Amino acid sequence: MSRWLSDPILSVEHLTMRFGGLIAVDDLDFQAGRGDITALIGPNGAGKTTVFNCITGFYKPTEGRIALALNAESRGKLDDVTATGRRGAADRNLFLLERMPDVEIAQRARVARTFQNIRLFGGMTVLENLMVAQHNFLMKASGYSVRGLLGLSAYRAGVAEALDRAKYWLDRVELTDRADDPASDLPYGAQRRLEIARAMCAEPKLLCLDEPAAGLNPRESADLNRFLQFIRDNHDLSILLIEHDMGVVMEISDHIVVLDYGERISDGSPEQVRTDPRVIAAYLGVEDAEVDTVEQEISA
Amino acid sequence: MANSVPGGSALDTRPPGAEIEDENRDAAMAGEPPFKIHPTAKQDQLAAAIKEAAIAAVVTLALAGPLIGLKTEPAIGTLALEQRWLPVAVAVAIVFVGRLLLRLFVWRPRMPGPAAAWRSRLTVTLPPVTGRLAVGALFLVGLFLPFLVLGFFPAHSRQYVDLGVLILTYIMLGWGLNIVVGLAGLLDLGYVAFYAVGAYSYALIALHFGWSFWISLPVAGLLAALWGIALGFPVLRLRGDYLAIVTLAFGEIIRLVLINWQELTNGPVGLSRIPRPSFFGLEFTPGPGGFADYFGIEYKPIQRIIFFYYILFALALFTNFVTMRLRRLPVGRAWEALREDEIACRSLGINTTNTKLTAFAIGAMFGGFAGSFFATRQGFISPESFNFTESATILAIVVLGGLGSQIGIVISAVFLIGGIEMLRNIGFLTAIFGPGFDPTQYRLLIFGLAIVFIMVWRPRGLIATRLPSVFLKERRTVSGELVGEGRG
Repeated sequence: MSRWLSDPILSVEHLTMRFGGLIAVDDLDFQAGRGDITALIGPNGAGKTTVFNCITGFYKPTEGRIALALNAESRGKLDDVTATGRRGAADRNLFLLERMPDVEIAQRARVARTFQNIRLFGGMTVLENLMVAQHNFLMKASGYSVRGLLGLSAYRAGVAEALDRAKYWLDRVELTDRADDPASDLPYGAQRRLEIARAMCAEPKLLCLDEPAAGLNPRESADLNRFLQFIRDNHDLSILLIEHDMGVVMEISDHIVVLDYGERISDGSPEQVRTDPRVIAAYLGVEDAEVDTVEQEISA
Repeated sequence: MANSVPGGSALDTRPPGAEIEDENRDAAMAGEPPFKIHPTAKQDQLAAAIKEAAIAAVVTLALAGPLIGLKTEPAIGTLALEQRWLPVAVAVAIVFVGRLLLRLFVWRPRMPGPAAAWRSRLTVTLPPVTGRLAVGALFLVGLFLPFLVLGFFPAHSRQYVDLGVLILTYIMLGWGLNIVVGLAGLLDLGYVAFYAVGAYSYALIALHFGWSFWISLPVAGLLAALWGIALGFPVLRLRGDYLAIVTLAFGEIIRLVLINWQELTNGPVGLSRIPRPSFFGLEFTPGPGGFADYFGIEYKPIQRIIFFYYILFALALFTNFVTMRLRRLPVGRAWEALREDEIACRSLGINTTNTKLTAFAIGAMFGGFAGSFFATRQGFISPESFNFTESATILAIVVLGGLGSQIGIVISAVFLIGGIEMLRNIGFLTAIFGPGFDPTQYRLLIFGLAIVFIMVWRPRGLIATRLPSVFLKERRTVSGELVGEGRG
């Protein structure tokens, strides 16, 4: 059995999001496996970013359940926790994201995200961006500013640790030389990399990337592929990404979910999805009756 | 598949280098002379100018020859043609020389526009060492100001030290507001409310409970901070103009409550005989037991003013120390991140509610300190001292100094508060404009114009650069153009 069914970190059930009369996401179910790179694809307007915003708490879904299980055992408690009406299990291994505001999803459930239109702190330096991402860690280290104001050594140790983490990610995204430059001064591709590094500095368990390859040239896309694979293989986290660049999606994804008009039309490994006639129909826009012919033409 | 075109969905972005090309294109188009000539060397330029002037002169000759050079004179029975070649020569010479000079000195190719030229001439770029020296010099002047004044202006010493106290009060208020507006990017038009809360808290505590200044001061600061949080809660969801209006209303509410709550605040009459702080128990009074008597020196009223000056100087240093320290702590960095992008902050798990509330509370606390000091210095307070004009003045100090810049606020407070007082001494202008002219009446007009010019010259304030809170190799300033202004 595939990992997303046997051990999902994220399970989305009956997710529906309505904006007035518009149904952006309609009764959507899917899972993302622990340690997998899961891609969410679909034509423009399929509702991908809406799903992202529901998972990260920027939207409150109209209906449905979004469960994040930080280990396999806690999934068994899902229905009990749901019945209690609380936001998650007391041991902080299971969270019901649809009940939590965005800040808590990032802070407690450890879900980090990037944005389709890059959102860096432009007037702050590259290094500062990475330090801001470690806000909650540094807040604790600074004794909620009291210890930090007094300049005690415990805070200095915390800062040193945060700086080390920032340097590690600066090295990974090849921005060490530009650490003291303002983030707005970076070229576009570097800004994309910095945004991912910033999300990683928050030490997430689930990393959500909204079109990370948009606007990158082919070489940069290839670098991004290697970088995402490096993250998956060397860090204990799962990645959920929205992407239009099929080169990226097919190469690095372990699992692909295809959306169209807010509904899931296909779900499986890259090979399964690539040959699914419904996916081809959704992307190329043909009648159901013609799917077979189109499919033959493509594979020929 | 259909969507596999790389970069196809990023129409809003441009490749790096596109901007540089644009700039080059703009630079090439700037300051074109009427004729497109691109001389390479000076001789070429001169030759081209002479050639151009000669062409102009020939054209002038062709026109002026018949029009000026030939004149018909009525003669007997017929018309005689009179020839006047001297005026023609003069006209041609004027055109030749004029064109030559214009071409050589005015119509320079690629001459930047006058505004840009002025700006580049006026932009002061100081090396970091000079910046530190300037800060040190400002500190030393501040530290010894009362004695400098006593030494150099004994006749005006009281007036000038008092002015120094006033400027320091505004520097403190500016620094307090800077946390809210400059760092957190939350536009607050009702900052004077916290100044008022601090002043009334101190006055009421001192009058009713008889607590000393040094105990009442932190209490008043804490009360102001509480009111900062009280204001913060309802405005958490508001941004930009809406936030500004609500804070403005908050300032007015506080003032109206002070006017109407007669039992507590004594209404528009205000509170008087507010106790003065003592120097370790020594009062600044003549006679035995006073400060002068204890130290065996002659009693002078200015001793108390100098004492006030140093209390406030210490308070301001404390304010600055705390603010600079907070900027390097996670909470300060979160303020600035909030100003840059609130949504990104939330995606990183930064509690924006707490961050905003701490900014309001700490900014309000410093305002409360300044208010307590104001109450004890004046010995009398009334709601009239806390109207909207005060809020606007403090905000003007912060904006003129450069949002977020501590030293910029010092400079702009000295300029704004000191300048407006110093403009009282422009009586000498009467000598120029005649006795019927009273220059002091135009004080505010002159002052307003000066502010307009400064803002045109430096749209982001006097000190527009931002100093990063942490660095890896070297601390480089960030240009003000990149720094966000906050949208609420």
